[in-house]
Amino acid sequence: MDLAIVAGKAIFVLLLMLQVMGLGVFFERKVSALIQDRIGANRASILGFAGLGLINTLVADPVKFLLKEDIVPAGADRVLHFLAPCLAVIPLLVTFAVVPFGDVLTLGDRVINLQAAELNAGLLYVLAMASLGVYGVIIAGWASNNRWSLMGGVRGSAQMISYEIAMGLALVGAVLTYETLDLQTIARAQGELIGGWLPAWGILYQPLGFVIFAVAGIAESKRIPFDLPESESELVAGYFTEYSGSKHLMFMMADFVEVVLVAALVTSLFFGGWQVPWLARDGFHFPWGATVALSSPVVAVLQVTAFALKLIFFTWLQIVVRWTLPRFRYDQLMKLGWKGLLPLSLVNVVVTALVILLWGKAGA
Amino acid sequence: MSPAAFFVVAALAVTSALGVVLNRNPVHAACALVAHLFLLAVFFVGLDAQLVGVLQVIVYAGAVVVLFLFVIMLLNLQAEVRSTAGPALVFAAAAGVVTFAVLIVAALRGRTAGADAALGTGYGETRELARVLFTRYALPFELTSLLLLVAIVGAVVLARKKG
Repeated sequence: MDLAIVAGKAIFVLLLMLQVMGLGVFFERKVSALIQDRIGANRASILGFAGLGLINTLVADPVKFLLKEDIVPAGADRVLHFLAPCLAVIPLLVTFAVVPFGDVLTLGDRVINLQAAELNAGLLYVLAMASLGVYGVIIAGWASNNRWSLMGGVRGSAQMISYEIAMGLALVGAVLTYETLDLQTIARAQGELIGGWLPAWGILYQPLGFVIFAVAGIAESKRIPFDLPESESELVAGYFTEYSGSKHLMFMMADFVEVVLVAALVTSLFFGGWQVPWLARDGFHFPWGATVALSSPVVAVLQVTAFALKLIFFTWLQIVVRWTLPRFRYDQLMKLGWKGLLPLSLVNVVVTALVILLWGKAGA
Repeated sequence: MSPAAFFVVAALAVTSALGVVLNRNPVHAACALVAHLFLLAVFFVGLDAQLVGVLQVIVYAGAVVVLFLFVIMLLNLQAEVRSTAGPALVFAAAAGVVTFAVLIVAALRGRTAGADAALGTGYGETRELARVLFTRYALPFELTSLLLLVAIVGAVVLARKKG
């Protein structure tokens, strides 16, 4: 039974994330069209039926990818060429194990923690998996036997390593504030109220940490304005130039999963995770004194819905950013990472530590 | 960690370690090294040392070997032609055999010591490890960081000379 619950949670979080990823593709198509003042993809014909417009395209895209010929270029390293897309996707998917999607679900005597894996070193696990994501990029670049791919791979790995440091240090502020590495504990702590009415979401304690983490997160996902590893005007498609069919699809998927992952982490750390303002385990407690009692399943459904909505919002936000900004030059990219974000994140750590030392813990 | 899981992971770890040594292609060897380091992290997690396992992945698999790969790619190393057995190879083999023998003897001798010792509360947890690291082992910890600082300054000095 316990095993079934764990498996159920894992499958649930995977499906939730993949659904949001699908919505991300939808946003990518439609938001980009809106921003560029055009209609967007609307006429894929499936067996002569094109009535649903964009929905048809969203169905046709993956089918087309899966059915296309899989090409391995001459002189490529066959084994590593095959492994690279797997290495790009798997570390991202397993990271969702530690992201909490709700508080607890009480069914009879059973209290289920709505988080697939409870790890003592949760946030470090996230960073570890993020650091493994580099291999998909660098190995794809090398194994393709193509100069553009190699350039993309080298650019990508240098960029990811550079921004990982700022990302990790931005998290130190949050860890200092909540005194834990477990994302579920952090999400629970954000349910407290400041002055009896304002939900104590992380962004109030760590505004600078949020900005650094969000910027470094977008850089980690290698999307505009940080898309130098694939910059189509210079490198065709960068490290995945020589990939076709379903392997190409896996790289695209890794792209969007990473967007959702950044959204999930931003939500969990800085925007209350699954918290609904004034919703406790037994129902709503409004600051003006009114209370609405709710049963545990209802509360759980509300929390999961809130988490999904926040996830969708931050996915959408990242796609708007992608279609709004131009691409950095490589030296600007490195300058921003090493001379901008890194010192700022150090300042954030020192200031947070000083505040906690002088005035005590934020929540207390 | 159950014995079955241990033997599966151990077999994989030994295979990947052999892959590092026996592969002629340096990129393949580096990839095998990543796999090996990751499997070592699995052992740490199996020993209730989650933090050490995660740090193993972050530092070694996630950063050090990436740099190896970087250097290999920038130098454009080709698959190595096997060197013929010289005195160096004989010496290396002898050193390896002796070290292995010492390890086996040590493992057999110490196999009962502390095998059933109960773990203290919070064993392997981040909080406990950090407490020990910053109190009892603060001096070695800081000295290590000094060592790394020296390495960084040295790298900068070497890079400057050319320019």
